[in-house]
Amino acid sequence: MDTIDDLLSRHPFFTGLKPEYLALIAGCGQNVHFAPGAYLLREGGTADQFFAIRGGSVAVETYVPSRGAVTLQTLGEGEILGWSWLFPPYVWQFDARAREEVRATAFDGTCLRTKCDADPALGYELMKRLARLVSGRLEAARRQLLDVYGPAPVR
Amino acid sequence: MGPPPSDSAALRPRPFRVTRARRELADVWTLELEASDGGGPVTFRPGQFTMVYVFGIGEVPLSISGDPAKPDVLVHTVRAVGAVTRAVCAAKKDDVLGVRGPYGAGWPVEAALGRDVVIMAGGLGLAPLRPFVRAVMAQRRAFGRVVLLIGARTPASLLFAREMARWRARFDLDVRVTVDAGDAAWKGDVGVITTLVPRATFDPGTTTAFVCGPEVMMRFAAADLVHRGVPPALVFLSMERNMKCAVGVCGHCQFGPAFVCRDGPVLSYARIEASLRIREV
Repeated sequence: MDTIDDLLSRHPFFTGLKPEYLALIAGCGQNVHFAPGAYLLREGGTADQFFAIRGGSVAVETYVPSRGAVTLQTLGEGEILGWSWLFPPYVWQFDARAREEVRATAFDGTCLRTKCDADPALGYELMKRLARLVSGRLEAARRQLLDVYGPAPVR
Repeated sequence: MGPPPSDSAALRPRPFRVTRARRELADVWTLELEASDGGGPVTFRPGQFTMVYVFGIGEVPLSISGDPAKPDVLVHTVRAVGAVTRAVCAAKKDDVLGVRGPYGAGWPVEAALGRDVVIMAGGLGLAPLRPFVRAVMAQRRAFGRVVLLIGARTPASLLFAREMARWRARFDLDVRVTVDAGDAAWKGDVGVITTLVPRATFDPGTTTAFVCGPEVMMRFAAADLVHRGVPPALVFLSMERNMKCAVGVCGHCQFGPAFVCRDGPVLSYARIEASLRIREV
């Protein structure tokens, strides 16, 4: 049976991480499953975790009066969900709901922050990866704002 | 390469009769046309376009969206955005339109033989790519993995839904669809099309990519494909410019050193990357 270290070593977010760092991070993780429709996190809730998705599909949503839950983005295998655990006030900004059976590894944010504080090299490595992730999501959101399929030039 | 400009026949529209008009989306129609002058079908390569003339209104370049293996039927998928395209979309069965062409360089299928193939279609960009998808699937064994990434504004603006369902049912074609804004009934992905690039399974070093959609989408898509490791010379984009003569004479469609009608519309990213970064080219 695969250990969490094994599972993480195959997850793109952790690719190339030193084995000792992988072991430290894995020590804060546990494997979790979510049935379709279940929430991985809820807007306004305490952001004390993040998830490395290993299978299934997750919708990042927000509730809009008169429109209901609006999906802002979907995430799947090999992707990371959640970074609000990194920064005060540690509160989730959106909902995240399983659109199908989801397999993930959930990491305890407090545990990870403590280890990062104790080992700045680990913290720096993890922050670089998270910064790349946040930057990619920001870029995608900006591209979404462009509405590239909007009205075409008149001809 | 289009016919030589000295050939005046190349500039003369032939009469084509509308045999079928089908509404794809609220403002998008697919027309099937047949030559009514006895001059034979329009044999084309995927990615080529024709100039379609609505008598008394004007002429417009339209990419061919039909099956290259069935040249008897000329198929165009058109969005009604201006006077000419609105008139094309309003054409009914048995109406006659003028057609000249086909013109331009199509998708270089041969550049993908034996390699993984990534096809990225944004919005109406699926129309010029559909003949290519059909050509690839007609000789499926000649390629490695084939990945089709489709993006649209909303689920309601996805083109060719029935054909897309058939593609998705195939085991030898990896189809991923995303929309910029989903709705409650949408089961596919939500996010811009470029978010599919890192998710798709292909070997970048042995991949040839074919991209069609709004220019800004192609710019981002090509950059992301190259970032993942696809060689710039093997990323092909279909450019859209204001083509008039279609044979490389009038210069209306000049894009940097290239004439889109004659040298394109399909051009490699390596060739046009610099021009794409120059504003107002």
